[in-house]
Order: sequence, then C-alpha cells, then structure tokens
Amino acid sequence: MQRSTLTGQRLVAVFLIGFVLFNYPVLSLFDRTATLFGLPLVFAYLFLVWAGLILLMAWVVERRGDRAERLDRAGG
Amino acid sequence: MLQGPVVIAVSFLYLALLFAVAYWGDKRADAGRSIISNPTIYALSMAVYCTTWTYYGSVGRAAVTGVGFLPIYLGPTLVMTLGGFLLLKMIRTAKANRITSIADFIASRYGKSQLLGGLVTVIAVVGIVPYISLQLKAVAISYDLIAGYPALVSPTGGHGPILADTTFYIALILAAFTILFGTRHLDATERHEGMVAAVALESVVKLLAFGAVGLFVTFGLYNGVGDIFERAMADPQLAQLTAVASGSRGYATWFSLTLLAGLAILFLPRQFQVTVVENVSEAHLKRAIWLFPLYLLLINLFVLPIALGGLMHFSGQGMNADTFVLTLPMSAQHEWLALLVFVGGLSAATGMVIVETIALSTMVCNDLVMPLLLRTKRLALNAERDLSGLLLSIRRGAILVILLLGYLYFRLAGDAYALVGIGLISFSAVAQFAPAMIGGMYWRGGTRNGALAGLLAGFVVWGYTLLLPSFSKSGWFPASFLSEGPFGIELLKPHQLFGLTGLDDISHCLFWSFAANIGAYVFVSLLRAPTAAEASQATQFVDALKTTRPVGSALWRGSADAADLVALVGRFLGPARAQTAFASYARRHGLADAERLEADADLVHYAESLLAGAIGSASARAMVASVAKEEPLSLPEVMNILDEASQLRTYSRELERKSRELEAATGELKAANDRLLEVDRLKDDFMASVSHELRTPLTSIRAFSEILRDDPKTALPDRERFLGIIVSETERLTRLVNQILDMAKIESGNAEWLVDEVDMNAVVEQSVATTSQLFRDKGVVLSLDLADSVPLIRADQDRLMQVVINLLSNAVKFVPVNAGRVTVRLAADAESLKVSVTDNGPGIRREDQKVIFDRFRQGGDAMTSKPTGTGLGLPISLKIVEYFGGRLWVESEPGQGASFIFTLPLHNQENGKSE
Repeated sequence: MQRSTLTGQRLVAVFLIGFVLFNYPVLSLFDRTATLFGLPLVFAYLFLVWAGLILLMAWVVERRGDRAERLDRAGG
Repeated sequence: MLQGPVVIAVSFLYLALLFAVAYWGDKRADAGRSIISNPTIYALSMAVYCTTWTYYGSVGRAAVTGVGFLPIYLGPTLVMTLGGFLLLKMIRTAKANRITSIADFIASRYGKSQLLGGLVTVIAVVGIVPYISLQLKAVAISYDLIAGYPALVSPTGGHGPILADTTFYIALILAAFTILFGTRHLDATERHEGMVAAVALESVVKLLAFGAVGLFVTFGLYNGVGDIFERAMADPQLAQLTAVASGSRGYATWFSLTLLAGLAILFLPRQFQVTVVENVSEAHLKRAIWLFPLYLLLINLFVLPIALGGLMHFSGQGMNADTFVLTLPMSAQHEWLALLVFVGGLSAATGMVIVETIALSTMVCNDLVMPLLLRTKRLALNAERDLSGLLLSIRRGAILVILLLGYLYFRLAGDAYALVGIGLISFSAVAQFAPAMIGGMYWRGGTRNGALAGLLAGFVVWGYTLLLPSFSKSGWFPASFLSEGPFGIELLKPHQLFGLTGLDDISHCLFWSFAANIGAYVFVSLLRAPTAAEASQATQFVDALKTTRPVGSALWRGSADAADLVALVGRFLGPARAQTAFASYARRHGLADAERLEADADLVHYAESLLAGAIGSASARAMVASVAKEEPLSLPEVMNILDEASQLRTYSRELERKSRELEAATGELKAANDRLLEVDRLKDDFMASVSHELRTPLTSIRAFSEILRDDPKTALPDRERFLGIIVSETERLTRLVNQILDMAKIESGNAEWLVDEVDMNAVVEQSVATTSQLFRDKGVVLSLDLADSVPLIRADQDRLMQVVINLLSNAVKFVPVNAGRVTVRLAADAESLKVSVTDNGPGIRREDQKVIFDRFRQGGDAMTSKPTGTGLGLPISLKIVEYFGGRLWVESEPGQGASFIFTLPLHNQENGKSE
C-alpha cells in the first residue's frame, strides 16, 4: 500500500513536469530559430523532454529495491 | 510487380496471417495458456491508437503545421503517467462490474440507466464514424496510388458510382474480416484474446514499416537528419514548420490538441476495449505506462524528416503530403519498400477498424438494440428460447452498418479534410465522455440526469461546431451556413459561436462543448440528491480502489427462483454455459450442484453480473427484474447500508486496535506476574535460609544449656567451655539478626545513610585497626599498600568501614593459620578509587564467584565444610558499594588466593543512585 501510493505520487509529479515542459510558456523559450546538433531547437527539445519523461516513468514504475516492494513480493 | 492483383493478393495473405494469429490466440486462450498475458503485448495492443492517421496523416499534418503533429502523442504520454490512478481505477471497476464497453461503464455508474447507455452509444457511433471513414480513405488512397505505379497519381476528388469505388469494397472486406475476427462464436462475455494478439502483431508491423521508410528517406534520399533540416531551414517557408507558434497556429491549439489526445487515449471505444476490457492483469499496466509512450516516440521520430524531405522532393508537384510515406519510395522505384509501406498502412487501418467496430458493435448490441428489443417485444423475447444467436447476429449487423456509415461519411465529407482533420472531429466527440466518466469516478454527487444533460449538451455543440461544418465544406450543406451563420445569424456561425474568434475550429469546439457539457452535468446533478440506485453505484465506482467496499449483493432485496435465474441466463449465454457457470458457483458455495442453489441476494447478483457481460448492465438489471420480485430500496435504506458498511469498517479497525492493545497489556501482566512469582520464590528461599541459619546456633545453645541444667556434676573446665560456646553462638545469633535487619533496611530503601566527605585512607586504616586482633590471633601477616593521599569522596564512612571490615574478616577466615598473608591496596585514578583485599587462601571456584554475592551462599561445599560466616556479609557489602555507584567483584584462581576488589566513583551523586 505504502509503495503504490508513493509510486502514484511520483507519477503525478512526472505528469506535472511534463505538463509544464510541454506547454506555453516554457515551450516558447525553445520556440526560436536555433539549432541543436543540427536539429531545429524546438524539435530537439520536444523529443529530448519526451524521452526524458519516458525514462523517468520507467524508472518510477520498474525500480526495484524499495523495501515495501520486496515485502510485497515476499508476501505474494 | 506492383499491379493491382499482386497488391490485393499480398493484402489478403497478410489478413490471412493475422487471422491465423488470432485463431491461434483464441485456441491458446481456450486451452488456458494465454499468449496475451504479457505486459509487452498489452502495451503493443494499446498502440492500436496509432492508425493510418499516424501512419499517413502525421506526415501530412507535419507538412502543414510542422511540429504541430506532436500534441496528439504528447497528450497520451502525459495521461499514461496518470495511468496508475485513472486506468487502474477503470480496470478494477470494469472487472468488478463485468463492464464490457464505455457505454456500459457510464450507464452502470449512473444507476444502470438504459437511456444513458443508449445516448453514449449514439454519441460514440456518430463520433467514431468519421474516424472509420478516415481509415477507409487512407487505405483507398494508398491502394489507388500503388496500383497506379509507376505513375504517381495524386488521387483526385470525385467519386465514381459506388459499385466501381475501391473504398466501398474495402469497407465490405473490412466488415467481413472484423465479423470473422470478433464474432466467430458467442464469446460475448469473454475477452477477445486472438484479436488482441493480432493487434499487437500489427503494431509491430506498422512500426517496422514506418521505421523503414523513415530510414530510407533520411539516409537513402538525404544524408541523414541533419542534412534534411539544414536544407529545409534554408527555405524560409519550410523553416517555419520547425516552430510551434507559427507552424501550428499558436500555443492554444497546441494545448487543446494535447488535452484532446489525452482524453482520447482514455475514452476512445477501442482504447477502452484494449486497455480496460481486454486487460488480463492489473500488473501489466506497470510496463504499459512507459512502453506505450516509448512506442509513440519511436513511430514519430521520422515524421518531420519525412514531411520535410517529401516537401523538398516533390517541390512544386502538388503532391498530397498525406501520401508522402508511400510516394517517396515509389518515386525512387523501391517497389518492395512501397509494398511494405502499403502493408504497414493496412495494419494500421485494420487494427483500428477491427477493435473499434467490435467495441462499437458491443455497445450497439447491449446498450441500444437489446434494450429496445426487450422493451418493444418483451413477450416474444420472454419465450423460452436461446437468444445467444440473436446477440451474435445483432453484433454482426452492427459491424456492417458501422462500416457502411463510415463509407457514407467518406462519400459525403471525406474529401474536404486531410486525414488528421477528420480524426480530430472524432476525438472531439469522444472527449464529451470525459466529464461523465471522470466525474463519475471521483464525484459521488453526479446523477443520471446530470450525465444525460451534460452528454447531450456537449454532443449537440460538437455536432453544430464540427460535424455540420464538415458537411457544409463538402457542399452537402449550404456554404453560407459556415460563412454567414444559419439564416444569416452572425452570432451563430458554427466556427465563431457567439462571436468567439481567434481559436482554430478544434479549440473552438472544445471550449464551447466542454463549457456546455460540464456546466450541464454539474448544474443538473446538483438539482436533486442522487437516488438509491445512483448512490449505490456511485459507491462502487468512487471507492473502486479501496480494499473493502460493500458488494453489490448487499444492496439487493427481494425474492427470486433459482431455476428462473438459470433459465434466464441460459437464454442469453446458451443453456450449456449457463449450467456450467451456475454449477461452479454452487461448488464455490459448497453445494453439490446447481439444483440446490437458493435464490438469495448473492445468487441474483451473480446472475446479473453474468448477464451484464453479455447484454450490458442496464439490460441485465432489467432482465433480472423481470424474473425476480425485487423490493426497491429507498435512498435512506441504501445510505444506511453504505453507512453500515463504512461503520463496520471503522468498528473492525477499532476492534483490531483494541485487541492489539489487549495483547500488549496481557504480555505486560504476564511478565509482571512472572516477576512477582520469582520474588515470592526468593522470599521463600530467604525465609528458609534465615530459619536454617537461626536454628543452627539456637540448637547448640539449647543443647549446651540442657547439659548444664541436667548434669550438675559437669567439671568446671567443661562448664566454662560450654558457657563460652553458648556466649559465642548467642553473639553469632545477634550478628545474624542485625545483618538481616540491615539487609532488609537497605533493600527496602529505609536504611539511614550519613553522607559526608570521606577519606578512604582513614577508612581503611580504621578498619585494619578494628580487625587487627583477628589477624594477631591467627598469626596472619597484614600488609597495607595505600596511596599517599586520595581525593575525598562523598559517602557514609561507617558503611564503607563495614564493607572493608567484612572483606578483611572474610580474608582472615580463609587464610591458613600462621602462614596467612593479607594485602590491602588503595589506589586512585582520574575517575574512581579502587580498594582491593588480597589473600593467599584456597581461592574460590569459578562457578562460586558469582553466587557468593547472593544471600546465604557461601564458597565451598555446604555439605562438607562448616559454614564460617552468616552468608550475608558480601551481599550487604555489594549493596553498599552499589549504593554509592561503585562495583564489587572477586578475582580468584583456585589454589592461588582471592582478591576482593571494589571501586567507588569520585564524582558520585550525593546519595549514590545506583538505581
């Protein structure tokens, strides 16, 4: 129980991060004519943030070693 | 090789492969070895979200709006982060209530209302029809293109007669294929495992095909992503496409598309089907939360490069950007790649059409047709006959009708929009479910009327601001409807409702429809309190994630006949399956067979949930009500039951807590009792020892006294000797009694302590002086090894002398006569004084070293050697030393003499405080 609520809260935090980074006004900071590694800045920014979010989500839901989770496993 | 027949043959081969996979999946499911019980397959099946819209349309969208195609995938990514709450709740609720579609979900939540289920179904069908037409259009265009190879004919508008229209046949083929897939046999209550397996395979195919085109365009036609962007940035018009603000008409559009797509991933009927209904295990959600967004990211990586590459490649040729994915390989004469792309597009289309129409047909059958049939032809349907065939036919018919509607929409309005434009109309329609769904899952106050009003209002506004304009743009509606408003009323222009300008048509529709939807939902819900049925269902949904909640059967009261229930369920599921289901229910309740079942609330609830799987919760309730005499519960009664349940939970928690406290108290009591028993035993031992110690001298006193009394002729020397013994025994007795009293005082804390500055040197010297006669009598050498001066300590001088004297007299007792040596040492270090009394006596056995500090325990064997002390000296000394915060112990090796050592801290508190 403890574990699921903690994971849930972490996911909500990831949601909030994504929501802020994917929308105005943060988005507008990167919405200009510039390039990053030869890619248009906003294009590179969106995909990098996107990939970062996915990594974060994977880390939150798949991570091992939480004490409570081990208990869950032992119990189940 | 890309002639029509070859392409058709490949397509059918591919469909046959899918069918084989589905068939295999169903067989495995029947055998109980599910192939879809795997989190990766679950995540891939969710990728049915990516249709031809993604596959062909994203590039087309990117060619117009640049990065503006992305919100459609960012929204679902964000929503998946909330999957832990939202999706889990939907899945658990759906499983608990045997919910098979989104219409069922909403109908069930608001008191199992047939009317609401019907309305949701109508909205879903009307809303999804454009989406299906999008798939038909994409497949038709791609087929026409590839069949026209090597020419690159961008499809023109204008349709021939229906019978000569490729799209028509595609619609029919897809309908036949879906019917084969989803309704081969009556699996109405179960999930479609084979279909999910096939959809997962299709997801892999479309990703691979799209990736292949992406790599081909990026690295075959151009020199990598950097090259494409570099060239595109050189063209000011193309450079625009890499900006959000200019490319996609601003951040408002960006936001509303994100929101729309996020809602679509939850409420599209096909997403609900694969995510909620087909979910095998809640644990699979965990991987899907990140794997599905990863799939979305991968399939979108090459969209903008392909779009820019295509725009530059076909510069000035007026090629439709929706077709770039296919026309780029074709223009480079890569026939195999073009064929692969076509198959990938077919995957995207068939996956969507199959799942969507199966989901819609379930809704149409359960929530639209069955309620009407049950209502209008109740007599005929109540006749004793198997209706499972009828259910199947209704679903098949619904699939065909839905696809034909899709075709109709394609004919009417399909040409006016790009692929994505059509899709967004559908997204906006299903977004209307959001208030009723999310509100229903988190707000107990939502009522059936509120949901009806909200859905209806949102649907009407959607139809007015998006659907009708789409007809108008195609010329089936007067164009003035758009440009001047209906009947020339400017305020009612569908794209600028009430004069609202500055938003694109999707954001415009989203704003007005949500305003109407949410407003009506909340307002009407608040007009009256929920009814009994609504309140009980609200609890089931809102508390879905709580571990203990009242089961549905707690909220039913009435009487029924078990045989009637079995027969009723048999008519919809088939008699054989009904018998099996009830027999297993009977076994679970410890009955031999279904004949013995009692029609109690649990059984009625079980029958209703079986039926709900087949015909939807609303119809199921109606059917059960037709055979069972239900006594309706009033709202107060329902509230009482719910309150009782929650009170019971509270009580049971309270009870658990009390019982834990009680256990702890019991443990403490037990320990205390053990201690008391031990003390009691010690007291008994002590009394026994004291009596024994007192009796010994008394016995000898009495014996010698009797001799003196009875025998007057005793010689004088004997008399003196006897009298000497009597006197010494009396002294011993006195000493013993004194020590017992002393011990008792110290132990009870009543002893008087005269604490003052004490010079330990003086204490030792006085003690030695007091006992010097004993040493002289026995010829024992006593040597002193004292420090020159030691710090003063605060203690009771007389008590400390008692200790030293006790140790000295003990030592002198045990050393040999005339050869004995006793050494007293006194030393001081920074923290304490240390006094040791060392003798050269026989020493103390190791096992005795502890017990000699116990009362009445003496060294040596009590049976053989005569006790030489009272047995209280050392215990009293120990108590005194401990009282002043010090320690007293013995160091000895048998035969090597013994050292009694005690320490006293220099800075003890005034009255010791050893305890």
